[in-house]
Amino acid sequence: MIAPNSLFEATPAAAQTDAPGAPRLESSKGMPEQTGAFSDASSDVVEQSRSLERGFFVSTKRDTFLAFRSKGEVIQALVFFVMVVSLFPLAIGAETVLLKRIAPGVVWVAALLSVLLTLPRLFASDYLDGTLEQMLLSPFPLTLIVAGKMAAHWLTTGLPLALIAPLLGLQFGLGGDELAVLVISLLLGTPILSMLGAVGAALTLGVRGGSVLVALLILPLYIPVLIFGAGAVEAVASGIDYGANLSLLGAGLLFGALATPFAVAAAVKISLD
Amino acid sequence: MNLYKYASPATFYPLAGKLIPWFAALAVVFGLIGLYLGLIVAPEDAQQGQVYRIIFIHVPTAWVGMVVYLVMAAYGVAALTLKTRLSSMMMEALAPTGALFTALALLTGALWGKPTWGTYWIWDARMTSTLILLFLYVGYIALIHAIEDKKRADKAGALLVIVGSVNVPIIYFSVRWWNTLHQGASVSVTGSKMAAVMAQGMLVMALACWMYAIAVVLVRVRAIILERQYKGANDMVGLSMGARGMAGTEMTGTEMMGTK
Amino acid sequence: MNMADFFSMGGRGFYVWSSFGAVALALVIEMMLVKKRGSAAAQLKKTVAETQQ
Repeated sequence: MIAPNSLFEATPAAAQTDAPGAPRLESSKGMPEQTGAFSDASSDVVEQSRSLERGFFVSTKRDTFLAFRSKGEVIQALVFFVMVVSLFPLAIGAETVLLKRIAPGVVWVAALLSVLLTLPRLFASDYLDGTLEQMLLSPFPLTLIVAGKMAAHWLTTGLPLALIAPLLGLQFGLGGDELAVLVISLLLGTPILSMLGAVGAALTLGVRGGSVLVALLILPLYIPVLIFGAGAVEAVASGIDYGANLSLLGAGLLFGALATPFAVAAAVKISLD
Repeated sequence: MNLYKYASPATFYPLAGKLIPWFAALAVVFGLIGLYLGLIVAPEDAQQGQVYRIIFIHVPTAWVGMVVYLVMAAYGVAALTLKTRLSSMMMEALAPTGALFTALALLTGALWGKPTWGTYWIWDARMTSTLILLFLYVGYIALIHAIEDKKRADKAGALLVIVGSVNVPIIYFSVRWWNTLHQGASVSVTGSKMAAVMAQGMLVMALACWMYAIAVVLVRVRAIILERQYKGANDMVGLSMGARGMAGTEMTGTEMMGTK
Repeated sequence: MNMADFFSMGGRGFYVWSSFGAVALALVIEMMLVKKRGSAAAQLKKTVAETQQ
């Protein structure tokens, strides 16, 4: 049996020396098992496919825990999102009709920016403490590990943003239908932001001026998501069919889920070479 | 020196040198014919008058800007799969020219927009996509210059352009979609009834732009080949000269390299 | 068509000629820059070759 933590067996301090009382991801007692782990897995095909999936889940679980443990990170991105959205009425005036008109675009642009802000944490700490190199050497395919990291990134940024968005929508006078479509569009669209963002984050690992650089690389690629996401809410607000927008977002999500893990894994390999 | 390492650029370098004058000459010839067709032979447009002649420069530059990015993506695939060093050098050489043509397409589009719609910038689908294309070029150039390790910069740039080029059709589609929803204006020259001579003029101008772009890119790639081959060597020469200067020290060139 | 008509482009000469002019200028500047880069690289090759002898 593969001990889940064998994936990150050599993880130095960061992942394992927690502050007292902080929840530990996995205990490190399974260490002795790891030597037999790889051969066990390769001897049994069924077992192997199960453990491959595990690479994904372990990675997701670990990153989600790490993000929530430093509660600041998740909350900061949310507060940033709320603040940016709240700046708009102050900048352009509190005219109800106008606010309602710009709400979808404002919420979506703010979501884009907050996701962008959180991208460095996807790989940066694992890169600095060498965990990322261990992941490269682990028996699990890197593609699944990075897919897990992307999923964790979405769980800790995109999902909270989508859940808090109705509150902001209310401030801008959006109605029930619009709020529902806003949340659905964010639920479908923000995972794509995490996926594309991961490519940029992986390519710029350890590069000077990294965060601005990521914005330059990734924002142009975010444009279709922005158009279809904000477009869906606008469509429902003006009584047009919004299904097409959501379907396109869904298609993008599927395509991204299939393609980006490979691109991100390739990018990580390039950056660690 | 490991010759194999430079094999491909080494054979390409003299070949490119021989080709450059031909492409340059063709660029001049096509340019003169194209300008003659576009500015003198082509008749005045029924709706837009003389000002439509801007398309003879606007459309070719936009075309080059767009296709150069796709060519870069093709080189990117070659760079990552075949691991050819020349492919990455070609990407690096293509990017500035592609970005320049994209910027020129935007500029000429704006100069066309002012007399036609009364405003320099219009959120027309084509202009908007061209702007995004310029952003993609800027991202690539910023990335390869930010990464100091050349090998890593090459591969990272290749991957970025491949991901970008997969996105290009999606971006174009989404921008058109956005544009039709928002009833933006659309650029066209008397649509269906474009005179044959107009099409010919545009085609010849496009050929001129292509020949120019190829010539300039070949000059630039030759410079890049030399830079990459000799920049490191030049530093090394400086070091070993320093070592030679230190009479009586037992340091050899290899030791110097080892410490570097 | 006489010269004056040609240059005025139906009163829109400014837009037409600045389009073509801007492109011509940009291409000339690019050619100069690329040529400079090429000769700098050739110079580099020469210095390396000389010092290695």
